[in-house]
Amino acid sequence: MRIYLRVAWLSCRRYATYRAATVAGAFTNTVFGFIRAYVLLAVWHARPHLGGYDATDAVTYCFLGQSLIMVLAIFGGELDLAERVRTGDIGIDLYRPVDFQAWWYAGDLGRGLYQVLVRGLPPFIVGALVFRLRLPRSPGLWLAFAVAVLLALSVSFALRYLIALTTFWIVDNRGIETLGGVAAMFFSGMLLPLVMFPGWLGSTARALPWAAMVQVPADVFLGKHGGDALIDVLGWQLAWVVALFVAGRVMTRVAARHLAVSGG
Amino acid sequence: MVDALRGYALVASAWARAAAQYRVSLSTMIFSTLLITGLDFVEILIVFANTHRLAGFTVAQVAFLYGVAATCLGLADLLIGSIERLGERIRDGSFDAMLVRPIPALALAAADRFSVRRVGKLIQSIAILCWALAALDLGMTLERVGLLVLMLASGTVIFLAVFVVGAAFQFVAPGGRETMNAFTYGGGYLTQFPLAIYGRHLVQLVTFVIPLGFINWYPALQFLRAPDPLHLPAALHYLSPAVAALLVLVALGAWTTGLRRYRSTGS
Repeated sequence: MRIYLRVAWLSCRRYATYRAATVAGAFTNTVFGFIRAYVLLAVWHARPHLGGYDATDAVTYCFLGQSLIMVLAIFGGELDLAERVRTGDIGIDLYRPVDFQAWWYAGDLGRGLYQVLVRGLPPFIVGALVFRLRLPRSPGLWLAFAVAVLLALSVSFALRYLIALTTFWIVDNRGIETLGGVAAMFFSGMLLPLVMFPGWLGSTARALPWAAMVQVPADVFLGKHGGDALIDVLGWQLAWVVALFVAGRVMTRVAARHLAVSGG
Repeated sequence: MVDALRGYALVASAWARAAAQYRVSLSTMIFSTLLITGLDFVEILIVFANTHRLAGFTVAQVAFLYGVAATCLGLADLLIGSIERLGERIRDGSFDAMLVRPIPALALAAADRFSVRRVGKLIQSIAILCWALAALDLGMTLERVGLLVLMLASGTVIFLAVFVVGAAFQFVAPGGRETMNAFTYGGGYLTQFPLAIYGRHLVQLVTFVIPLGFINWYPALQFLRAPDPLHLPAALHYLSPAVAALLVLVALGAWTTGLRRYRSTGS
């Protein structure tokens, strides 16, 4: 267990070295937060109770989404796994006396926790200075939100891990990575809250694992689920985490058997 | 100037030929670019699945605003989008090599890694613009055709200038590439909706400070004969070419200043 904590900590430190890029990125997330907030305000001006949200909920949702972009690496990537398969360094990784999937998971958790501080807090705080945002009322709800974000990060990791593993078969997997990023952006509710999606598109989007990434944590934050419903929705996230991790384990095994490292 | 353009064309076509060697890869990249940028429009359609009008504007009118902004951004991005990687070139020292070549550095930096796949974005934007024009069903008078051409030309030039200013900023902050995205892609996203939805201060900001409003909003008010919800003087509707020309001067000034400050990272 200690080794994984160490991996997480080192990954956290590694990301802390890119300071200028971090400030630039947080600035851009904040700018987009403002533009999106006005779009949503215009929609909620026309439809004040759309999807059970009021205007304050919608704007809060928008800034939560901007804060979660880098934490959850919604655009994809942020795992060196694919690059290491391409270069052949993966041979070393497979020899390490640790669990392969857990090794990468630990690194990604370290990255995510660091991003919560530097990419998560700034857009939300700046947003709260200009707009009226809604905060969870009880400490219990804050705790539930923390759990929901951790589960969201786990779902995000598990999906990106599966995508990265495709490099074992397709060396240039940028096309798949791009499609994965598009799906995540659209179906997580990062672009627009899933409550705005009409009819079958909405119900499908809410059933897919990407909904566990932005829509579910945001609903927990806004207090849309109380009591048993809260347990249910966290359980739903956990179910996706388990299913996707199992898929990742199976695929790792097949991939390792398939692997032939080229070069010398 | 002629030297710069010839140099640009030479380098850009070399990159294009290189990309064309991998046909499957290139066509899938064009397709996925088309798909990603298509999402922006799907977003607009979802907004209009919930309401018939956004700040008084119909879906065809917003599609028109989107089509113009996205076409201008797409064209500027295709032409000099790669300039946003200038910071990387500065950090790894390869920018020095551009300075010793007999072509102006700006032309080289703009043509660097010219990527054909960005055509995907342009195709998608032009398609939406055509659909919007058909759906609006306005009489295409000579004035409207002129306005449209002027709008597309000055909008593209405004975005080109924004790209150059963003690149010049990287002489000061080589890691600040993402800041630039807030103005280029952020500007594209902002202008795809009617400016009427934004707060008064934000509209003043994109009219008088960072004049993104002149890309499509002001000329479009004239084109669509839509009343200005913010009641600004109608003279603004025709100012886009002047604003674009002014921004070119600002961009060239920023680039020259940045270049003068540049010190090699050494080798």
